[in-house]
Amino acid sequence: MKQTRRDFIKTNAIAATAAAAGVTLPTLSATARAESNKIRWDKTACRFCGTGCSVLVGVKDDRIVATQGDPDAPVNRGLNCIKGYFLSKIMYGKDRLTQPLLRMRNGEYDKEGEFTPISWDQAFDIMADKWKTAIKKSMEENKGKPVDKITSRVGMFGSGQWTVWEGYAASKLYKAGFRSNNLDPNARHCMASAVGAFIRAFGADEPMGCYDDLEHADAFVLWGPNMAEMHPILWSRLTDTRLTKEGCEVHVLSTYRHRSFELADNDMIFKPQTDLAILNYIANYIIENEAYNKDFIAKHVNFTKTPTDIGYGLRPTDPRERKAKNPGKGKLSKISFEEYAESVKPYTLEHASALSGVPKEKLLRLAKLYADPNKKITSYWTMGFNQHTRGVWANGLCYNIHLLMGKISEPGNGPFSLTGQPSACGTAREVGTFSHRLPADYVVFKKPHRDFAEKIWKLPDGTIPGKKGYHAVLQNRMLKDGKLNAYWVMCTNNMQAGANMNEETYPGYRNPDNFIVVSDPYPTVTAQAADLILPTAMWAEKEGAYGNAERRTQFWRQQVSAPGEAKSDVWQIMEFSKRFKTEEVWPEDLLAKKPEYRGKTLYEILYANGQVDKFPKTQVTDEAGNVYQNHEMDHFGFYVQKGLFEEYRRFQHEGVKKGHEQAPFEMYHKARGLRWPVIDGKETLWRYREGYDPYVKAGEGVRFYGRKDGRANIITAPYEPPAESPDKEFDMWLCTGRVLEHWHSGSMTRRVPELYRAVPDAVIFMHPDDAKARGLRRGLPATVRSRRGEITAMVETRGRNRPPRGLVFVPWFDASRLVNKVTLDATDPLSKETDYKKCAVKVVRA
Amino acid sequence: MKLKLISVMIVLISGLAGNASGIESLRGMKPLDGSSGKVEVKKVPKDGDLIQRNYVQQPPLIPHKIDGYQINLDFNKCMSCHSWSRYKETGATKISQTHFKDRDGVDLATVSARRYFCTQCHVPQANAKPLVENTFKPVEAISQ
Repeated sequence: MKQTRRDFIKTNAIAATAAAAGVTLPTLSATARAESNKIRWDKTACRFCGTGCSVLVGVKDDRIVATQGDPDAPVNRGLNCIKGYFLSKIMYGKDRLTQPLLRMRNGEYDKEGEFTPISWDQAFDIMADKWKTAIKKSMEENKGKPVDKITSRVGMFGSGQWTVWEGYAASKLYKAGFRSNNLDPNARHCMASAVGAFIRAFGADEPMGCYDDLEHADAFVLWGPNMAEMHPILWSRLTDTRLTKEGCEVHVLSTYRHRSFELADNDMIFKPQTDLAILNYIANYIIENEAYNKDFIAKHVNFTKTPTDIGYGLRPTDPRERKAKNPGKGKLSKISFEEYAESVKPYTLEHASALSGVPKEKLLRLAKLYADPNKKITSYWTMGFNQHTRGVWANGLCYNIHLLMGKISEPGNGPFSLTGQPSACGTAREVGTFSHRLPADYVVFKKPHRDFAEKIWKLPDGTIPGKKGYHAVLQNRMLKDGKLNAYWVMCTNNMQAGANMNEETYPGYRNPDNFIVVSDPYPTVTAQAADLILPTAMWAEKEGAYGNAERRTQFWRQQVSAPGEAKSDVWQIMEFSKRFKTEEVWPEDLLAKKPEYRGKTLYEILYANGQVDKFPKTQVTDEAGNVYQNHEMDHFGFYVQKGLFEEYRRFQHEGVKKGHEQAPFEMYHKARGLRWPVIDGKETLWRYREGYDPYVKAGEGVRFYGRKDGRANIITAPYEPPAESPDKEFDMWLCTGRVLEHWHSGSMTRRVPELYRAVPDAVIFMHPDDAKARGLRRGLPATVRSRRGEITAMVETRGRNRPPRGLVFVPWFDASRLVNKVTLDATDPLSKETDYKKCAVKVVRA
Repeated sequence: MKLKLISVMIVLISGLAGNASGIESLRGMKPLDGSSGKVEVKKVPKDGDLIQRNYVQQPPLIPHKIDGYQINLDFNKCMSCHSWSRYKETGATKISQTHFKDRDGVDLATVSARRYFCTQCHVPQANAKPLVENTFKPVEAISQ
C-alpha cells in the first residue's frame, strides 16, 4: 500500500516524540501494510512461552483471521515457532466457556451437583457467601494475634500468564483486601528456584543479561534445557550464531538425548541430580588451574556457604523430612576463598565423571571452555535446574562459575535463566504475586516493606499480614487438610500441572469443606474439579502486558471481543471486590485506624481509590488511527489498565530499591517492548556493568547494587541425593516436560487441529533395550506406575527424545493421561518449587 | 469375570462420587480419578496431498512422514528435496523466499542459518480427528 501524505505525517510525528524519549519505534512492515485495507494488523505478545515473541494479529469483523511473526520485533524479527504461527486459532475452540457454571442439585449449590449455567450476579453471590464465611472464621482465629502471625482460610492460585495488571489487581485484593498472603502463581512450579538464587547471589531478581548475548557469545552451554523445542526462537538465534560465527561451540547437557543435541559440539548425558557435582567440578577445575579472575573476585564477590541436609519439602510427617538435619534452612554464612576452594576440592574429574556417568574428556572440555579467559560464554537453563530439590543451589552453583571467571553482565558473557511462561517475570515475579512477595522485590515478612506498600495503597497501618502465605504445593496440602476453604484458581490448570494429583490436588479440590472457583476460557481438568467455573476472556480479547525473560515489558491492545459472557481476569477480580464491605473483612482495631473507610467496599478502597481510577475513559487508537475496544474501560468508566500500571510503577520509583523502573504506560503501546530498568526513556541491556547500567557509576566497573556491599555471593553447596531414586521395584527414573507443538497443559494448543495432529497424544519415550526387557516395543501401550499413581500411554523408542537406559520421559500436555498422578510433590525446601524431573517408576505392559 | 465386574463398579462409583459433573474436558467425560484414555496409534500418512493453508503467513504443513529424518550439524535431510537446486527434480515445494534473509533483513545467497531447523515451524499431520472443533474462519470465509 502506498503511504499517503497523511500517513507520513502521522508516522513521523510519533517518531519524533519517541526519538526525544530515546526509543526507536519500528513502523509496521511493508508486508503487514500491504493488506491493511482488508485486515487490521496490530502487535501483540505471544500467548505461550517466556521468550516473548512479538506477533502481528490480523483482525477483520471482530475476529482474528491471521497471525504472523512481527518483523520489527528485536526478539524474533519476523519468526514464530509452529505454535506462534497458529495463535490465530487458540481462541476459537468450539467449547469456549461463555457463561458461569455452578454445581447444582435441585436448584441449589451442591458440591456433588452438575454444572448448571447461572448469571454473573448469582456466581458472585455464592462466591462472596463462601468467602465471607471463611474470612469470618479466620478473623475469629486471628483475634489477639499480631499482624505477623495472622493466617487466612481464603486463597488464590494465579499465573505467570496473567497480564501485569491482572496480577497486580489480584495481589491488592488478597494481600490488602482479604488480608491473605495465600496467593501464589503457577510460576512457583517453574521459576521459584531461579528467584531464590537471584536474591541470594545478587539481592535482586531476574537476569543481568539479555537475548543480545545470543549474537555476542563465542560458546553456549545448555544445562538441561531443550531450547530447540521449548524456546524455538531463541534456539534459531543460537543456531544462527553457531552456524555463522567462526569457532562458536555448543555444549549440551541433559539426562536424555533430545533435539538440542542436533547442534551439540559436546554432548553430555548425566544421571539425574548429578548436575550439582558437575557444576562443582568446573569450579574446582577453575581454582586448581588458577584460571579464576583474581581482580574480579577481589572487588565484586563474597564467599559463603549454605546449610546442608535440608530435606525435600515434603509433608513434615514424611520420614525423609524427619531425617533431615536442617530442614528448609538457607541462611548463608561467610567463608574465605580458601574455605570455598576446599569445599569444591572433592569434585575431581574422576569423581564427577563417576557420579554423573559423563565421560571424562567431555567434562574436561566443558571445564576448559569456562576456564578460557578469551571465550565469551552464555549458560542457559530452565526447568532442569529449577524443578530440582536443590534448585536454588543448582542455579547458584552456575553463578559461582560465572563469578569466579568474571564472565557476567557483559555482551556474550553471562548465566541466563530462561522462563517458561509469557509473564512469569513480568507478572509473577515483578508484580510479586508469590505468597511472600510484594511488588518490585519487596516482601511481606519485612515491616518496612509492608509499610511502604500500605502507604502507596493508602491502607491503615498493619493491614498486610506479615506471615508468608501458603505456596503452591502447600495450598493443595492445606485444601486437603481443610485449612484453606475458599479458593480461586485463575489462568492456570493446576489439576493437570500440580504434582502428586492423586494424593494432594484432587482430594484437596473435592474436599467437602472447600469451595473451589476456576476461571478459564476452556473446560480444563481443573475446571472439571471445580465447584464454580467462570468463563474468561483470553489473550487478545483484552488489553494486556507481559514481561519476558530478558526483562522486556510488552503491551497489546484489545483486538477482538470475548465470546458470550466471558470476562477478563481483571474484570472478575475488580467486580468481585465490590461484594465486600471493609467491616466484613477487616477487624475493628484496623478500621479504627481509618474510620473513613467504614462502610466502603473493597472496590472503593483498592481500585476507585483516586489513583487507579485517575485516568478517565479515552479512545484507544494506534499510530494509523485504528480504534480499539477496551471492555474494562467501558465497564468501570476509567482506564483500568493504565491506572493499575501507573500505581504499580510507584513501587519502582518511590522506594529504597532501585533498578526496577519501567517506562510510563503510553511508551509501551508504541515500542516493541522495553527492557527494565528504563531510565530517561532508555532501556538497560546488561545490568550491573558500567556503560550499560545507569546505576553503576563511572569508575566502578561492576556493581551488584541489589546487595548493600555491591558484591555478589558465591555460595558453596555440595551434591546431595534426590528425594526418590529408582530401587528394585520402581526401577526407572521418570522425567516430565513439554514438546514443541503443545504449550504446558495443552488447553489452548490441543484445540488447534494442526497442533493436535502434529502431536496427538503423550507417549512414553524410552530406550529400546528397556522396552525389550519389559516385553514392550514401539507402538505398544504401557503403564507408568509410581507409589502414587499410574498412567497408560504408547511406548516410543525412536522419537525425538532418546533416553538412556533407566529413564523414561513423558510430556504432561495430555489430559487423557495425567502424568502428575505419578509424580512426587517433593520441592526445593528453599524455593518450594516441585521437582518434576525425578521420581521412581516402573513401566509394565498395559 | 467377578474381578472385572468389581472394577467396572469401582469406575462407576468413583465416577459418580468424583465427577459426574456434566462438563467435558479434553479427557472427554472420563472422571479425573479414572484411568488414562485409550491408547491408539495415530499414523502419519507416508505421502499425501498438499495441505491448504489457513492464511498466507502460515508455514505450510508437511504432507508426508518424516520419521528418521536427520537435521543436524552435518546434514539436513529436508534440503535434499526442498532446496532450490533440488525441488524441480523432486517435485517438492521449494523453500520460501522469506528464508533467504538474515535477522537484519539482509538478502542472502543461501538459506538463513536461523531457519536451519525446519521442524521448528513445519510439522507433519497424523490421521487423527480433532478433539474439539475449531471455529476459526480464514479471511475469505468472513468476506463472503
